[in-house]
Amino acid sequence: MSWIDIGAIDRIPDRGARVVRTPRGDIAVFRTGTAEVFATDDRLGDSYGPLSDGIVSDRSVNCPITNVIFDLETGQSSEGSLQTHGCRIENGRVLLDDSKLTAAA
Amino acid sequence: MSKKLVVIGAGMASGRMLEHLFDADPAAYDVTLFNAEPRGNYNRLMLSPVLSGEKTYAEIVTHDDDWYAQNDVTCRFGERVVHIDRDRKVVVGEHGELPYDKLVLGMGSTPFMIPLPGHDLDGVIPYRDLEDTERMMGLGAKAGSKAVVIGGGLLGLEAAAGMAAQGVDVTVVHIMGHLMERQLDPAAGYLLRKALVDKGITVMCNANSKEILGEDGKVRALLLDDGTELPCDLLVMAVGIRPATALGEAAGLATGRGIHVDDQMITSDADILALGECVEHKGEVFGLVAPLYDQAKVLAQTLLDQEATFVNKEVSTKLKVTGCDLFSAGDFAEGDDREDIVFRDPARGVYKRLILKENRIIGAVMYGDTADGAWFYGMIKDGTDVSDMRDTLIFGPAYQGGTALDPMAAVAALPDDAEICGCNGVSKGDIVAAIHAGATSLAEIKATTKASASCGSCAGLVEQVLGVTMGDEFVIPQDESICGCCDLSHEDVRRLIKSQELKSQEAVWQELGWKTRNGCATCRPAINYYLLADWPVEYQDDPQSRFVNERKHANIQKDGTFSVVPRMWGGITTPDELRAIADAADKYNVPTVKVTGGQRIDLLGVKGEDLPAIWYDLNQAGMVSGHAYSKGLRTVKTCVGSDHCRFGTQDSTGLGIKLEKLLWGSWTPHKLKLGVSGCPRNCAEATCKDIGVICIDSGYEIHVAGAAGMEIKGTEVLCRVTTEEEAIEIITAMSQIYRENAKYLDRIFKWVDKVGLDWVKEQVVENLDERRALVERFNLSQSIYRKDPWAEHAKPEKAETYRPLADLTLEAAE
Repeated sequence: MSWIDIGAIDRIPDRGARVVRTPRGDIAVFRTGTAEVFATDDRLGDSYGPLSDGIVSDRSVNCPITNVIFDLETGQSSEGSLQTHGCRIENGRVLLDDSKLTAAA
Repeated sequence: MSKKLVVIGAGMASGRMLEHLFDADPAAYDVTLFNAEPRGNYNRLMLSPVLSGEKTYAEIVTHDDDWYAQNDVTCRFGERVVHIDRDRKVVVGEHGELPYDKLVLGMGSTPFMIPLPGHDLDGVIPYRDLEDTERMMGLGAKAGSKAVVIGGGLLGLEAAAGMAAQGVDVTVVHIMGHLMERQLDPAAGYLLRKALVDKGITVMCNANSKEILGEDGKVRALLLDDGTELPCDLLVMAVGIRPATALGEAAGLATGRGIHVDDQMITSDADILALGECVEHKGEVFGLVAPLYDQAKVLAQTLLDQEATFVNKEVSTKLKVTGCDLFSAGDFAEGDDREDIVFRDPARGVYKRLILKENRIIGAVMYGDTADGAWFYGMIKDGTDVSDMRDTLIFGPAYQGGTALDPMAAVAALPDDAEICGCNGVSKGDIVAAIHAGATSLAEIKATTKASASCGSCAGLVEQVLGVTMGDEFVIPQDESICGCCDLSHEDVRRLIKSQELKSQEAVWQELGWKTRNGCATCRPAINYYLLADWPVEYQDDPQSRFVNERKHANIQKDGTFSVVPRMWGGITTPDELRAIADAADKYNVPTVKVTGGQRIDLLGVKGEDLPAIWYDLNQAGMVSGHAYSKGLRTVKTCVGSDHCRFGTQDSTGLGIKLEKLLWGSWTPHKLKLGVSGCPRNCAEATCKDIGVICIDSGYEIHVAGAAGMEIKGTEVLCRVTTEEEAIEIITAMSQIYRENAKYLDRIFKWVDKVGLDWVKEQVVENLDERRALVERFNLSQSIYRKDPWAEHAKPEKAETYRPLADLTLEAAE
C-alpha cells in the first residue's frame, strides 16, 4: 500500500467533492465543512451516483439521482455499501491510499 | 561570590522567571536586566483595558522600582543590547559591556508590518507596547477621529474595541472570511462580528488592503483592492508577530522561526538560555502567555541546576473585550475521525461546539456563555473519556441531567418590535398585547390585530407567539418543520429571515436555533434560495448548497452525463445558431438531439468534463444558458402572433422575447415557465403555465397558477391590461412576489392556493405602490443575477473543477 498525492486540499470545494480517475473506476474525494477528507467509489451499481455530484453535509453525501444518503466514513446507506478508500491530509495535500485502486476483477 | 546572570528583555516571561529564581534562591545570581523599552515589566495583556480606559498604566505594572531594588536587580532600561560576544562571554549594550556566566534571552517578538505602499507613513503603527497604546488613546481625545485596524485577530479586535470605547470611529479590515479564524469557527465568528457591530465598529471581512494613502507624510486613508477608500487618522496593523531573533542569530545561535531551545530552555550554547515569544521549541513558536509561564518555571530551575522539562500543553484563548464573551481551546479545524456536539441558544446569543475524537474532547469553541470553558479545557488537557456523559456534556458540569431543547427559543428571543406579519405590519409586541387583552386563539389574533389575515404565511409564527406568551394554556398545532435540523416551517423561516435581517447561512443557523453545524441536503438549498432572494446584494450564492444541476449548470441524466440546452429567446432561432448547435453535437459526440416542450433544442448525453468546452463553443455563436436545469426562469413559449398569423391580435413573439430577456437568470422557489399566445386559440398553451398571457383585441389577459405536470390545472385570470408595458410590469411584480414569499419547491399554483389569488391581485394589480416596489426589488436582484453562468464557468479557473482532480490510470499501468 502507498499514499498517492492527488492535489492540494483547496482544489476540492468546501462541502464538495472532486473525481479521481483510477484503474478501478472513478473515485469521489470529499471535503467536509470541517476540512476532513474522505474517499469512496463514485458510484454504487448502475443506480447510485456519481456521488461526487451530491450535496455534502457533515459526514454524509446525498446521491444526486436518488437522494439516498451515504455515510462518507463507512460508505453505508439504506440501499447498500460503497467501497471506501483511505484518504488523509498532510501539509495541505490530499493523499489517497492506492491499495484498492487496481482494476476490479 | 554569586555568578553573573544577564537577562535581555524585561517582559512577562523573563519577569516570571526572575520571581521563581528569587523565591528559590535569592543569592544564587547577581542579576542585570536589560530592556529596550524605558521601563520594567508590566502586564502587556492588560494594555487593552488601558486602551479602553478601564485601567491605568500604574495598575498593570508587575514589577515596580521597589521590587527591582529589593531583589538587587541592576536595571539597564531604555538601553538596547547591540551584540553578544559568546567567545568572551560578554553582552555589549549601548552604554558599555557586561560579562556573564549565564545569559537569558527574552526579547519577545516584533509586530509584523505588511509592506504595503505607504506603510512607513506617520500614523501607521503596530499594537505592541505602551507607546502604541498611548497613541491610540490620544486619538480618542479628538472628536470625529477615524481609525482603521488591519487584522481581525485577537490583538486587532482588542485595539478596535479599545479605540471604539474612546469614541473613535473604527473600521476593522480582515482578509479572511470570518474574524479570529485561528481561534473561532465561522459560527462563533458570526456572533463576534455581530457584537462588535453593536459596539459601532465597522467590520469588513474578505477585504484585501492594497495601499496606504498619505498626505504630507501622514496617513490619510486605506485603499482596498476593490477601490474602497477608508479615511483614517491612524492605521493600526495587527496582523501577527514574529519572534525577535536578530540578536541570537547574529551571535550564531541555532535559529529557525525562533531561537531554538531544548526541553530545559537551553539554546545551542550551553550558557545561553531563552524563553518567551523569541524561542522555537520542537517546531512551535509562542504567542499566548500560559506556555510562557511554564517556560519561566523550567528556565529558573535549569539555572539552579534542578531537573525540569518543558512540555507544550494545549492553550485556550479568551478575548478581552467587554461584552464579547468567547472562548476557544484545542483543535477544532482539521483532521480525521472527529465528531461535533453543537448547542445554540438564539435567545441568549449562545453558541457552543465541542469537537470529539475517540470519545475525548480535543477542541472547544464557545460564544456568549463561556462559564464552562475551564471545565472543558481541563478535560481537553486530561484527555478525559466522555462516553458516559455525551448526552449532557454540552450543558456543562452543573447540568448533568439535561433537558430537551426548547423548540420555541427562536420566537421567544424576538424583540417586541420584530415584525411578525409583513402584510399588515404587526409586531410581536402587538400580538402579545392582544393576548394580554384577552385573545386566546389564532382566529382572535387575526380579528383583533390583522396578523396573518392577508397572505397567512405568518400563521405559524403567530401561533408560536401565542405559545410563548400563554404557556401550557395554548397548544400549538403541529406545523411541518423544514427538516430535522430545526423546528420551524419554511414559512416561519422566510418570515424571520426578513424581519430579523438574517443575511448569511451562519446567521440563520444561529438565530433560528439550527441543531446541526451546517444544515443538511434538505434545508441548505432552501435557505440558500431564501437568502439570495431576500438579500440579493448582501448574500453571496453558495454553489455547495445547491443540487448538482444548478451547481453544474446542466441537467444530470441517470447515467451521470448531462443535457445542454442553449437559450432561444421566445423560441426563435437562426440558421447560424442551428449550425453552431449541430457543430457542437458533432464535436462532443452528443448521442441524442431532441426538441423540448419549451421550444428549445436539447443536447443529451454530454460528459461532465466536456461541459465548459461545449458552453464556450455555444457562447462563441452568441448563445447563453437556457437554464433548463434551474429553479428559475426556464422558457417563454410563444406562437408566431400578429407578424405571420392571420388570427394574431398582438405581437406575442415580441412580448415573449421581451419577457424572457427581462426575467432570465432569476432564481425562483421552483421552476418558472411562461407562455404567450397571440389569440384565444392559445397555440402557445399559455393557460397551463405558471404565468401565461393571452393576447386579445383590447390588449392582454394575464393568467397565473396553471399546472401541467403531476397535477393538471388551468390558469386563473389575474387581470386584463391594455398596454404591453403594463403587462410586462405586472408579470415582473408577479415573479417577484412569488420569489419573496413562496416556500422553496412550491410552484406558483401551489403557493397561490395557500395565500389566495385575491391577496396576490391586491398586491400586484390593485396596489400600484406595492407593484412598483416589487418591480424595483426584482430589478435590483437582476442587476446581480442576470448573467450567463456558462460564460462564467467556461473560464479556465472554473472549468478546471469539471475535470478529474487526478488521473491515476496512467501511473498504475506502469
